[in-house]
Amino acid sequence: MQIQPILAALRRHRLASILIALEIALACAVLCNACFLIVSRVQQTHVISGVDENALAAMKLTGYDPTKGVDLNARVLDGLAKLPGVQSVSVINQVPFGDHAGTAGITTDADGKHFGGVVDLYVGGPGSFKALGVQMVAGSVPQAADYQPIHQFVPDDSAVWVTRALAEHLWPGADPLGKEFWSDKLHFRVVGVLAHLARPYGGEGGPNTIEWSVFVPAQPGAQLAGMYLLRADPAQLPRVLRDARAAMATIAPDTVIDSKASQTIGSLRANYFRQDRVMAGILVGVIAALLLVTALGIVGLASFWVQQRRRQIGIRRALGASRGDILSYFQTENFLIVTFGIGLGMLLAFALNLLLMTHYELPRLPLYYLPVGALILWGLGQLAVLGPALRAAAVPPVVATRSV
Amino acid sequence: MFGYYLDLALRSLKRNKVLTALMVLAIGLGIGASMTMLTVLHVMSGDPLPERSGQLYCPQLDPLPLKYQQSAYGPDPRLNFTWPDAMALVAAHRAERQAAMAGGALLIRPAQAGLRPFYVDGRYATTDFFAMFGVPFLRGQGWSAADDAGRTRVVVLSDTLSRKLFGTDDSIGRMVRFGDADLRVIGVSADWQPKPMFYADASAKVFDDADQFFLPLSTALDLKFDTNSNQSSWSSFEGDMKSPVLTWLQVWVQLKDAAQVAAYRQFLIDYSAQQKALGRFERPPTQARLYGLMNWLDRQNLVPADVRLQLWLALGFLLVCMINIVALLLAKFLRRSGEVSVRRALGARRRDIFLQFGIESAVIGLAGGVLGLAIAQLGLWSVRHRPDDYAHLAQMDVSMLIGTFVLAMLASVLAGLLPAWRACRIAPALQLKTL
Repeated sequence: MQIQPILAALRRHRLASILIALEIALACAVLCNACFLIVSRVQQTHVISGVDENALAAMKLTGYDPTKGVDLNARVLDGLAKLPGVQSVSVINQVPFGDHAGTAGITTDADGKHFGGVVDLYVGGPGSFKALGVQMVAGSVPQAADYQPIHQFVPDDSAVWVTRALAEHLWPGADPLGKEFWSDKLHFRVVGVLAHLARPYGGEGGPNTIEWSVFVPAQPGAQLAGMYLLRADPAQLPRVLRDARAAMATIAPDTVIDSKASQTIGSLRANYFRQDRVMAGILVGVIAALLLVTALGIVGLASFWVQQRRRQIGIRRALGASRGDILSYFQTENFLIVTFGIGLGMLLAFALNLLLMTHYELPRLPLYYLPVGALILWGLGQLAVLGPALRAAAVPPVVATRSV
Repeated sequence: MFGYYLDLALRSLKRNKVLTALMVLAIGLGIGASMTMLTVLHVMSGDPLPERSGQLYCPQLDPLPLKYQQSAYGPDPRLNFTWPDAMALVAAHRAERQAAMAGGALLIRPAQAGLRPFYVDGRYATTDFFAMFGVPFLRGQGWSAADDAGRTRVVVLSDTLSRKLFGTDDSIGRMVRFGDADLRVIGVSADWQPKPMFYADASAKVFDDADQFFLPLSTALDLKFDTNSNQSSWSSFEGDMKSPVLTWLQVWVQLKDAAQVAAYRQFLIDYSAQQKALGRFERPPTQARLYGLMNWLDRQNLVPADVRLQLWLALGFLLVCMINIVALLLAKFLRRSGEVSVRRALGARRRDIFLQFGIESAVIGLAGGVLGLAIAQLGLWSVRHRPDDYAHLAQMDVSMLIGTFVLAMLASVLAGLLPAWRACRIAPALQLKTL
């Protein structure tokens, strides 16, 4: 295929060609960045909670007399454990993807000089550690003696399990076992390390601190009551939770169930990331609409050119050009325009990414998005121009002999 | 002449239906997407109290220690007030009206059979709250300064809550059990929901929540009712809400004119200086601020980053659609070079040709506007099904309706400018030869 005559012909339609190329360029820039936004949104939803999400549900009660927490715990633990299908019930202060209940600033010295960051303390009663199903990297499971009574919101001096991420942040490179930290007067000693345990929300330190969690074993009581962790077979969990909610009317009629917080961890997770999923959906919609409009533009312009050049096509056909020649002429012409647009689009994509980086905490656009975006647009262009090109190829040579 | 050009435009558009449909579709999609997001932005940046917003101001003090470091992700403690500061500002009476307030969600245990206990959102406030914000009353009234001082156990219910509890809006004198305390109803307000709920702190869903009850701040403190505002402390405190190192209250003041605003600003600085002299504040007194209501809302950045991103996406999409139409119109107009030459040769001026094609673009814009309106309604319908607190607000008002058509016409006429200009520069004779 000779490119020279195509370029010469395009020069006669300079403005229209440039406009379509510009449209392709803008589409390329938006396409690459929107795809990147979608991927980063979807990645955000892949947070590892570190717990057996499928087997766990939370039950939160409110409205009870705060001084009667011990009695409430006893009634609820006893009552729920009797329900068929319940593997374990335990008291805990918060669950992943639920509400915050144990956020605290910590220091790595007793005087409070070396600030370690704001972390989340999972305060759990007997059975909760096992129920969560967290994976341990070092240390052993909590023993009965580790569950101490609470005076403030955690025991005054407790043996705790920290996540690997938090240990690496507090004591980089060192063995965290036996290390200590403080929160005001409260003292903590690390006796175990967890592979993963996500805090209820992203936390005050941003996305990088999502795993700054500490598990603190404690005895349930007035300071630790009203929030329960149910474990059941994943297949039975929804039914168990329904039964548990219904059973509250007899077990604890003096309380109100917090419906928003009393859900399976799976649904809490789904709610937590709903916004991101909606946004990803919108971005997919924008990309689809953008590609549609770009394709329509190409179809419209190509149809016009085919109509306009009917006579020339007829002459070429009469002079011996095959249908394939005509077809490939229009395909090549489109390829050239799109290529020009993509070249410009890559620059635009980078500029747009720089803009997004300053406003939306987005990382730099990985380079491989550019060739992928280019391939999509080339494909789109070829497909869009196919219809008009086929119509051009169908122009009979006899057209050449007719006057206008 | 206009009618003739309109006729020409319609004929030309009819001649190539597919292309016309493509252009109308492109502009419709672009306008629809843009108007959806512009409407969302419009309803989110509206004035919550149009008659009063000019007189309402939000003071801000800086009680933080010098070494305090603000986390980029945590709430700014200075956005709220400590109890001593809020009470000092209210007691000083330097403004026309002033009130301190905080939000709370309380458990109501209805005495009526068949009603389960439930939580409602409401506000603890000082007496001026109602007069300052103009809360409309159906029955009774708010409480007095004496009630504030006496920690009287009274409550004002919203119409909705009164009807839910008693089946009527006339519940004056009835008792309602909030938590473990019985409060006497002294007033019933009409349902009042400024959007956004500017006086709530950043932790509230300001576009969705509405206060269902109001009770004296001192009473709430007396009864140890929890607040659902952000509570930020920068030093250890023993759970005492009156602590000078814990911010959780909001303060609003009403100021009549610029002189009062200037005087109040000076008062805030003087107060801060006095607190600094006492050793309680560490930062310069000039850190004290006074914001007008709309100014305050701007600073609060209530429009989420996602919504802004969506708006830019929609506008970018409109731009692509417009470029698309420019290219198509250009091809279309230039194809009619022969027709233009004949008209020019017969005496039409350039501006006549320009007008003729301009009208043709405008017709496309009008059709695109109608389609865009339909698409925008569809878009807003989908926004209303999003899980955001502003979702239910996404409705078009008259100004946005007109805006849709203005934007559509503007976009299409703008898109038609270049093609029309090119068309009207066609030399008559050259084209006639080829005919």
